[in-house]
Amino acid sequence: MTRSAAGYWIGFAVVLALLVVAPLVLPEFWRRFVTEILIWGLLAMSLDLLIGYTGMVSFGHSAFFGLGMYGAAAALLTVRPPNLWLAILYGLVGAGAVAVFVAYFSTRLRDIYFAITTLVFSQIFYVIIFTWTEVTGGENGLGFSQPAFAIPGVVSARFTPVTLHWFVLAVVTVSYLGLRRITQSPFGMVLQSIRENEPRTRAIGYHVERYKIVAVMLSGLFAGLAGVLYALQNKFAAPDFVFFLVSGEVVVFNVMGGMGTLVGPVAGAAFFFLLRELFSRFFTEYYLIPVGIIFTLMVIFVPQGLLGFLRRRLNQ
Amino acid sequence: MTIPFDLLLIQVINGIVTGMILALVASGLTLIFGIMDVVNFAHGELFMLGAYLGSTVFLTTGNFWLALGAAVMGIGLLGAVIQTTTLRPLLGRDPLTTILATFGLSLVLQNYALWQYGPVPRKINEPITGHFSLFYLEYPWYRLLVAVLSAAIIGGLWLFMKYGKYGIWIRATTQDRVMAAAMGIPVPLVHTVVFAIGAAMAAASGVLFGPLTGVNHAMGLDFILRAFIVVVVGGMGNLGGSILAAIFLSLLEAFASIWVSPAQAVIVSFVVLILTLLFRPTGLFVPTPK
Repeated sequence: MTRSAAGYWIGFAVVLALLVVAPLVLPEFWRRFVTEILIWGLLAMSLDLLIGYTGMVSFGHSAFFGLGMYGAAAALLTVRPPNLWLAILYGLVGAGAVAVFVAYFSTRLRDIYFAITTLVFSQIFYVIIFTWTEVTGGENGLGFSQPAFAIPGVVSARFTPVTLHWFVLAVVTVSYLGLRRITQSPFGMVLQSIRENEPRTRAIGYHVERYKIVAVMLSGLFAGLAGVLYALQNKFAAPDFVFFLVSGEVVVFNVMGGMGTLVGPVAGAAFFFLLRELFSRFFTEYYLIPVGIIFTLMVIFVPQGLLGFLRRRLNQ
Repeated sequence: MTIPFDLLLIQVINGIVTGMILALVASGLTLIFGIMDVVNFAHGELFMLGAYLGSTVFLTTGNFWLALGAAVMGIGLLGAVIQTTTLRPLLGRDPLTTILATFGLSLVLQNYALWQYGPVPRKINEPITGHFSLFYLEYPWYRLLVAVLSAAIIGGLWLFMKYGKYGIWIRATTQDRVMAAAMGIPVPLVHTVVFAIGAAMAAASGVLFGPLTGVNHAMGLDFILRAFIVVVVGGMGNLGGSILAAIFLSLLEAFASIWVSPAQAVIVSFVVLILTLLFRPTGLFVPTPK
């Protein structure tokens, strides 16, 4: 047990060290690529808390991600001078408020009904954002300038691509450790028991609905954080990111990487984007044709995902 | 504000026409769900591909009815292929895996259509071009024909389910898959046939819908969402409920678009869906089980 724990932390330190060094050695394109994978990986991890640990497939995570983006945009456009921490706060408040609303209604339903309800909720927010042009910029979205990285009295510096990568890495790492702690806590154990057998969990005396609501809210907050990071990196918020196809892609990351592992979804995001790069060379913008075929085959033949597959092979 | 009576009547007719097309899409979806526990995310793409196939045949032959027949046959066959290759291996697993698999398929099919047919929308011409005057509007006969044809196809399905040998097999499989298999019904074949029928109905509605707005690669996305809402509001797997819900929701949206833009009118359906799920989760037109 202690030996495997030591192995885990050594592996964690090696991967972290590689990700810290990455922007210093990689060319511009791949540096950006790694930063984006980290952000999408955080979104995928947040969804894993629901899919992998609680057994609820959400098709509405684009709503939380998008509200994180628009929350950050609101802070950066209305408050002078633009403040990084306020952007994060606004984004989390935006995503959190939506998450409370969605969680309250959707957690009363199970399985596919939960999936369809979350999908429909995300479309409600998509329609609102898309049509409320005066506030959200409608189809064009909102553009803004990047805030400086500032800790009052200590440091104030503009982001360079390298420092932005480190900032994203720090946020994602802290979120990962937080999510890992959550899944290993007694609370996380209850979530996993809901996944394994919901009636029995209820019979033992746990208030299942309450746990589910909290799970959706936590998941929504981390998804919103990913949205804030994405907005910071790309300096815009657009309705396309609220559309349900984004939710679908995040589910794809989870299935490809391995649900219920937290690291798996990040690996899944990396795998997806690598496939996209690879196939874009041959299929240009139609890369989703081969990627979709690979995904469908994985659902049928490797339902435990890349990480689960590797784990099983290593254990043999 | 008072609403003029003529506007109200026009919106009623519009609502029924789009409701019938939606009912045709949704009844295929609910048929597939009721029998196989498969939530077919690719249903909108079958609708879209049906419209494209129809438009291709229409461009070469110029005959609308030939296009309709070809699309129904072609997409029905495609549905059978999809079921045997993708969904049959998933039989007996969690129904959620079928959502994932069909979502993957929908990505493939949608991008295939974009690649094959390009981003420019295509047009299918109406087989009948006449109009009749409805107050200040020249209302096309074709729209009424669409409603009647959709009703005829759904009626045909109902007769088939009621009296056809396969229809009886299908209903037996819905009630009890294991018992049906024990009685000698070829259950895997029944599943394939059901998926093919659902796909063919989606294709038929795609071709019928084509002349109204044109054919493009994203038309499936819009329809699949509305079809999902209809199927849940009508009660999953309940054919009659889906048809009623399709007309009910289309009417509501048609009335709502008197005041707000059609893009925002969709929200009315969303609200109905949420209220249904909260208060009558088995469907709006089904008595709640005791």
